Amino acid sequence: MAETLTATRAVFDVEKVRADFPALHQEVYGQPLVYLDNAASAQKPQAVIDRVRRYYEREHSNVHRGVHYLSQQATDAYEGARARIAKYINAPDARQVVYTRGTTDAINLVAATFGRANVRAGDEIVLSTMEHHSNIVPWQMLCEATGARLRIIPIDAHGDIAYGAFLSLLSERTKLVALCHVSNALGTVNPVADVIADAHARGTPVLLDGAQALPHMQVDVQALDVDFYCFSGHKMYGPTGIGCLYAKEEHLEAMPPYQGGGDMIETVSFKGTTFNTLPYKFEAGTPNIAGGVGLGATVDYLRALDMRAAAQHEAEVVNYATERLLDVGNIRLVGTAAEKAGVISFLVGDVHPYDAGTILDRLGIAVRTGHHCTQPLMQHLGLPGTVRASFAFYNTREDADRLVEGVRKVKKMFGA
Amino acid sequence: MNPLETQATIDQRAAELVENFAFFDDWMGRYEYLIELGQSLPLIEDEYKSDAFKIKGCQSQVWVRAEAREGLVYYKGDSDAMITKGLVALLVHVLSGQPPEAVAAAPLDFLDDIGLKEHLSPTRKNGLAGMVKQMKRFALALSGVAQNGATTSN
Ligand SMILES: Cc1ncc(COP(=O)(O)O)c(C=O)c1O
Repeated sequence: MAETLTATRAVFDVEKVRADFPALHQEVYGQPLVYLDNAASAQKPQAVIDRVRRYYEREHSNVHRGVHYLSQQATDAYEGARARIAKYINAPDARQVVYTRGTTDAINLVAATFGRANVRAGDEIVLSTMEHHSNIVPWQMLCEATGARLRIIPIDAHGDIAYGAFLSLLSERTKLVALCHVSNALGTVNPVADVIADAHARGTPVLLDGAQALPHMQVDVQALDVDFYCFSGHKMYGPTGIGCLYAKEEHLEAMPPYQGGGDMIETVSFKGTTFNTLPYKFEAGTPNIAGGVGLGATVDYLRALDMRAAAQHEAEVVNYATERLLDVGNIRLVGTAAEKAGVISFLVGDVHPYDAGTILDRLGIAVRTGHHCTQPLMQHLGLPGTVRASFAFYNTREDADRLVEGVRKVKKMFGA
Repeated sequence: MNPLETQATIDQRAAELVENFAFFDDWMGRYEYLIELGQSLPLIEDEYKSDAFKIKGCQSQVWVRAEAREGLVYYKGDSDAMITKGLVALLVHVLSGQPPEAVAAAPLDFLDDIGLKEHLSPTRKNGLAGMVKQMKRFALALSGVAQNGATTSN
């Protein structure tokens, strides 16, 4: 790879890209905003905002229902978006992309359908220590309902999964491996290709929580050969309230429906109901049409951007910020995995993350503090939480400099 | 004690604090002062650092406890975050040593005037709103106990 890096190095004009994101150009407390809370939610490009607005202004009607012009137009926009999202993640067919409210909803869908159909007492679901609550609690609820149990892959001091331990957890009792592609708290990029290959070798399907992956890389679900892939629009520069579940067709066909209601049925009588085809079987009720249309515009934007170049720029900024931060002294990095994306989790001496976050906020720097919805991970680390600076491709070295300057102030104020 | 007089005392202490904070013309100074105030907070004893005295919904841990002495309510508290500890200290400074009824009725709008507005939103984690609510609840609970002549309460 190394010898081709310079040759493939693409041009990325960060100032031009920043101009696409109106929210970045504002002041808080009289300071230009430095937005480093992208892992919680990313800002939206004007193209996405405009698309959602145009939908509401000109195209809105209910989908899949009316024969009239507007309804057809809304359906075309909504389904066209699904097709482009499917293409973006290289799904074989748009039927395999189920719209959800986001990652949480997608995981709950799999737990409630695939889980209920396949998981019995004594079965096991393998998760990792670094999972977001969204990829823990639905499985815990499933275990409570079925008598199955969770097996947890430990992590090492850097925040990488202990691969040998993972392999030893796999058995004929394992019904699913559910793992984050990228950790929101540590930034670890998990070796998902190996995990999938090794799980498949034992006949076990794999669900990936891709919430933190898509903001930083383009994902090819077929190349990964992943069974279930879940993601949120709002973290990948798209609208809130929309996300997707990609799944292999064999799973989707075999899974019972999720919620019941309109749109997910073929025929209903009081004797019984027959269900609609994929993906509608899983999409009860009037969906988030504007969200789907907006997410379609989001993948159009990302496609035009060249995610490889964007990721390269972002990684450079993250590396620069990490080095400069360590120069401050008395900084403890939490998460130093071999491969990371987007996230610097850290502690400033003994300063409580809340104190650090409050001061950084006053300096116009938005970071997240606390447990990042990964309480089991924080318990494992023995920490009340961390300060997390999470980057997107629109962040700059100047943002990193402002962060470091802010951390120096924190250090001084709290005598760390 | 005349309730009007006591109210004036809460107001007086609040006005004093507002004046002290006004002395700083930048937020850094105000935060440094707040942190300093936190150092003077009467500390809750370790045995009370339990769920019963913890203020829920906070990102840092915050404990507050009240006790009644001679019909007046006294607070102790602590937090593992220094800013939060300062916020507790602010409230304790103004409310401690007052009759429970006066505490329960105190408007506490001085908080608006000390330049820490960002902590006032009821949706903010570690916000003052939760602490105020809890402290007033303690005061209300103590108002009954105090009349019965008890000296402490959990
Ligand atoms: C790794 C990870 N998984 C799941 C989620 C949940 O995503 P959402 O809240 O969009 O459903 C998040 C975001 O908070 C996350 O970072």
